[in-house]
Amino acid sequence: MNMIVCCKQVLDPEAAPATFKLDAANNRMVQPPEVKPVVNPYDEQAVEAALRIKDKDKPAHKVTIISLGNNLVRDVVKKPLSMGADELILLEDAAFEGGDSFSVATALAAAVKKIGPFDLIFCGRQESEWDDGQVGSGLAELLGIPSVTVAKKVEVLDGGKIKVERVVADGFQVLEVQGPALITVSNELGEARYATLKGIMAASKKQPVVWKPADIGVDKVGAAARKAKVVKLFQPVKEGKCDIVTADSPAEAGSLLAQKLRENKVI
Amino acid sequence: MADNKGILVVGEVAEGKLLPITAEILGAGRRLADELKEQLSCILIGEKIGDAGKAAVAAGADKVYAADDVQLKEYENSTYMQVMEKAVAEIAPRIIIMGQTSNGRDLAPRLAFKLGVSAVMDCLELAIDPATKLMQCTRPVYGGNAKAIFTSEAIPQIATVRVKASSPLAPDAGRAGEVVAFAVALDAAKIKAKVLETIKEEVAGIKIEDAAAVVAGGRGLGGPEPFTKELAELARILKGAIGASRPPCDNKWVPDSIQVGLTGKIIAPELYIAIGISGSSQHMSGCAGSKCIVAINKDPEANIFKEARFGVVGDWKVVLPAFTAKVKELVS
Repeated sequence: MNMIVCCKQVLDPEAAPATFKLDAANNRMVQPPEVKPVVNPYDEQAVEAALRIKDKDKPAHKVTIISLGNNLVRDVVKKPLSMGADELILLEDAAFEGGDSFSVATALAAAVKKIGPFDLIFCGRQESEWDDGQVGSGLAELLGIPSVTVAKKVEVLDGGKIKVERVVADGFQVLEVQGPALITVSNELGEARYATLKGIMAASKKQPVVWKPADIGVDKVGAAARKAKVVKLFQPVKEGKCDIVTADSPAEAGSLLAQKLRENKVI
Repeated sequence: MADNKGILVVGEVAEGKLLPITAEILGAGRRLADELKEQLSCILIGEKIGDAGKAAVAAGADKVYAADDVQLKEYENSTYMQVMEKAVAEIAPRIIIMGQTSNGRDLAPRLAFKLGVSAVMDCLELAIDPATKLMQCTRPVYGGNAKAIFTSEAIPQIATVRVKASSPLAPDAGRAGEVVAFAVALDAAKIKAKVLETIKEEVAGIKIEDAAAVVAGGRGLGGPEPFTKELAELARILKGAIGASRPPCDNKWVPDSIQVGLTGKIIAPELYIAIGISGSSQHMSGCAGSKCIVAINKDPEANIFKEARFGVVGDWKVVLPAFTAKVKELVS
């Protein structure tokens, strides 16, 4: 089974909220250099979903990673290889910068077509910068294949059908779909595996394949291919007027807090 | 699609009732339609829609299309897409609004890409630019650390709106409007996925979305026990529900269905008590609409204190029992 996983390099979403600074001129957020980029956490879980299938029958399954961006940090984008993925393709060029979900999905669709026949594509349910959650479904639509989003479990059944548990508001749906198909993965899948030392060694020897826009035959990419226009990006001002209740002991503070809630008619 | 006019709200129905999010986006859609002086349509997709059509008129729709079919009982995107493609072709709206629900977040991008337009997801506010008649959509980005206003010139414009972000109109049973059946000959060959079953994972007691008080715990609780003991007791006294930030769910201390946050439940109770929750932007996206946030956390620098109205800096193991005892005394 040929599996493709789309992974995005993002600013670490676990970084403290206060570290985010606005780059108004370029309509984006920046983080100070000490905050390192990471693989989007949901995308790591998408890699995990593919590797769980590969674990069952290693020689029969191949996992190819695609990452899109510019000046991608090799140690970051190679992480899926060190987890156990087989190949890495980078869509890497300055022209890929400044895109929206439409530009990204369009470029990914062209890259997938260039890769050739596949059975399953995995994406994270959304990335942690724009939190858009459109690339997976959009890529499936552009490729004309079925999609199941926000999966917490993916199994390949005998005969090649794929069984997916899809998280919904009060539980989950169980769906069956025939590949080739696209699945987006949610955190309910469970933690992604750590890279092993052996994996890191193997990954260090692998060189990613780098494709430019011309290699995938797409004239318009990145900012030039956008559909959604950012009118304004801003950081809302937080009032931060917390009334911190203090007392001689933590227990007294707890009791006083309850009293305060009563005085303010909260309880 | 220069001739497209009016607004189309994609509504959701469960057991013959309009979902609250549908009333909310009908309210938002009504305001935009009035500004444009154009019609507000609503398509309801499901099975046994019944009086939900009338409820949609009462909530602001001028015309309701009821796509009622046993095959539409369960959401599946290739089936629902057949309805939406026909609806967009016939109704030809300028703007399409959906809820940021399990269905909406799945359907909106597929529809947008099919139509070659852009969807703006998880919006908090929708407005019309009077000069261009284009919709401008405000949504949180960077995990809630910033907001962005988006627009697009490709028609129809599509947006999904976050649960509890907009207010519904007061239902008016006397509002004029019509409900028509919208029959779609569903092509079985185009249905790509089969829903085998839907498993409900509802927790006992009050649903977290409906609770006036929510007692939520985070990583700082250290394990599953406090959720069933200390938090449960406080929730019982306040007649509220229990919630959690993401770490307790990821660690399987509590079911995923009580996760509050960007990718979990979005709630707006009267009182939200956050215990051992640092208050990441992702978590706050799920509870920022609460009337009053109260925080108990041992880290005075925790972000939650920037969001809370009241707080105690201290170990929850000591603070919470004394707080609960006093609350019990005061509310009894």
